[in-house]
Amino acid sequence: ALIGGLCFQVSAALKEGRVTPTELCRRCLSLIKSTKFLNAYITVAEEAALKQAEESEERYRRGQPLGVLDGIPVAVKDNFNTAGIETTCASNMLKGYISPYNATVVQKLMDQGAVLLGKTNLDEFAMGSGSTDGVFGPVRNPWSYSRQYKEKSVPKSHSEDEESNWVITGGSSGGSAAAVSSFTCFAALGSDTGGSTRNPAAHCGVVGLKPTYGLISRHGLIPLVNSMDVPGILTRCVDDAAVVLGSLAGHDPKDSTTIQDGFKPFELPNLTDVSKLLIGIPKEYHAPGLSSEILALWSKAADLFKNAGAKVIEVSLPHTRYSIVCYHVLCAAEVASNMARFDGLEYGHRSDVNKSTESMYAATRREGFNDVVRGRILSGNYFLLKQNYENYFIKAQKVRRLIANDFVKVFRSGVDILLTPTTLSDAVPYMEFIKEDNRTRSTQDDILTQAANMAGLPAVNVPTALSERGLPVGLQFIGRSFQEKQLLTVAKWFEKQVKFPMIQLEVVKRHHHGVVQHQKSASVS
Amino acid sequence: QKVTVEVLDHLEHLALVDFRDSEGVERLQKAIQFADQLQEVNTDGVEPMDTVLEDRCLYLREDDVTEGNCTKELLKNAREKVEEYFVAPPGNIPLPKLEERDTFLQGS
Repeated sequence: ALIGGLCFQVSAALKEGRVTPTELCRRCLSLIKSTKFLNAYITVAEEAALKQAEESEERYRRGQPLGVLDGIPVAVKDNFNTAGIETTCASNMLKGYISPYNATVVQKLMDQGAVLLGKTNLDEFAMGSGSTDGVFGPVRNPWSYSRQYKEKSVPKSHSEDEESNWVITGGSSGGSAAAVSSFTCFAALGSDTGGSTRNPAAHCGVVGLKPTYGLISRHGLIPLVNSMDVPGILTRCVDDAAVVLGSLAGHDPKDSTTIQDGFKPFELPNLTDVSKLLIGIPKEYHAPGLSSEILALWSKAADLFKNAGAKVIEVSLPHTRYSIVCYHVLCAAEVASNMARFDGLEYGHRSDVNKSTESMYAATRREGFNDVVRGRILSGNYFLLKQNYENYFIKAQKVRRLIANDFVKVFRSGVDILLTPTTLSDAVPYMEFIKEDNRTRSTQDDILTQAANMAGLPAVNVPTALSERGLPVGLQFIGRSFQEKQLLTVAKWFEKQVKFPMIQLEVVKRHHHGVVQHQKSASVS
Repeated sequence: QKVTVEVLDHLEHLALVDFRDSEGVERLQKAIQFADQLQEVNTDGVEPMDTVLEDRCLYLREDDVTEGNCTKELLKNAREKVEEYFVAPPGNIPLPKLEERDTFLQGS
């Protein structure tokens, strides 16, 4: 029952000896095995995890735990370097690549005693919004196997249903979102460049936090877009996100884009009085394609704040609809540059072609990258051609400033937090998702999340309610730069009001005829 | 306007990745079309933005050696090596021209 618990509950249980880190670790590992069909994990570091759990147990025995995260099983997206563990970015280019070092955020988690269970699945090189385009196959949304979803789906033959009806997790941090959502870990790291943490968080019914750019170190995070990437945090509740944030944030001498201001970890207050809050509702986020369900939910949420005494006003972020175009250009340009390091010489896949350096590079990259990655590299190089540089790259950088300024104006006018939907709809079935190509999908799905990356602002998805189809829908809060405490305080208040239901995961064991149910219990047993 | 074969060839050279098939070329055409929407935005007098942290001073650390001496570990991930060298095939040999290369663009 602890398995559905939250960090601070488990932490208390560990301190009091009601459960040991090794028991917890073993339970998670076993659950990973029984939920293998979700394909959330690329690598499970079973031995290393148990060893870490044993070390944690020793610390608890001596009464010297390192902190709240000591002994807590966590998972990390497979685009973060993890020493001694394969890091693939779900690409053939890095299959077999064993990281020689830990990303700073991974090191920080381990310094706090967290137990690293494994690396989670993603879209290849984090390019995508479905977690469907990696070489290890797509990730399945755990909610596809929930009682809530099954009750609402049109009945066909029972087994056919599951195989063809499963829905995507969203992406690109789908593996991490699925891992947290299916209770195989208590927190997971994702990355967020255009919404890659918040999007799967919304579809999987978990909290997905995108911190302010510059707050958390990117050292060891294999880069996609250096000026927008941030490590993302996925947890089952807002308080947990604050705890993980507290252990990760702060200046890193190895990442010169982290700010030098001192960071003090914080506990979230229990907000009771929202009357001093000014919530902004950006009208442009009523984007074409927004489902009427989510629109209604968004409206209900605004009313929730209003009725509790907060001031809620409509605001305008006029350049919102260009954010996705701007991203498209800047992302491709930075990708063209960042992917140039993969040439087979020092790490990763290397082709057998050996005639010349150039032909070896070309063959290596031909063999190592999928269509999506190659497509973005080629587009990026196009936008960076001398004849195009001004009209595409520089132009996009100018539009970026306009987008960032939109937010500055709104926050300057007194708005504390913006409230928007996170996704246009609930999770679609995989069979439907793959009918459109990756770029089209990303364009559609990132529309509500991308602008926050453009402006570097903190944003969080809070699971809000279940859709008509029994699937999670989340809402997004966007805050001021480096005001994570305020952002998460409001998010926590909202989370308390909406009481999002827990997933009733039904794991059918194929060789037994029974149905094993895993239910969350808020209490510890 | 469609992208010319010369430009496509040039891109394959610069990027050292291939378009592979007509779908790849079509993908680029669509990407350009999509990006052209940026022209609708009036950016007169607007400065390009490199980073959201432009108002801050870039952090420079002291020029002290704090880590290194991990040659063995770094060499572990390379396929071709000799002693402490990464081995590359001969350089100074340009990629063959379009007519001689095995690329989809040949015959375009």
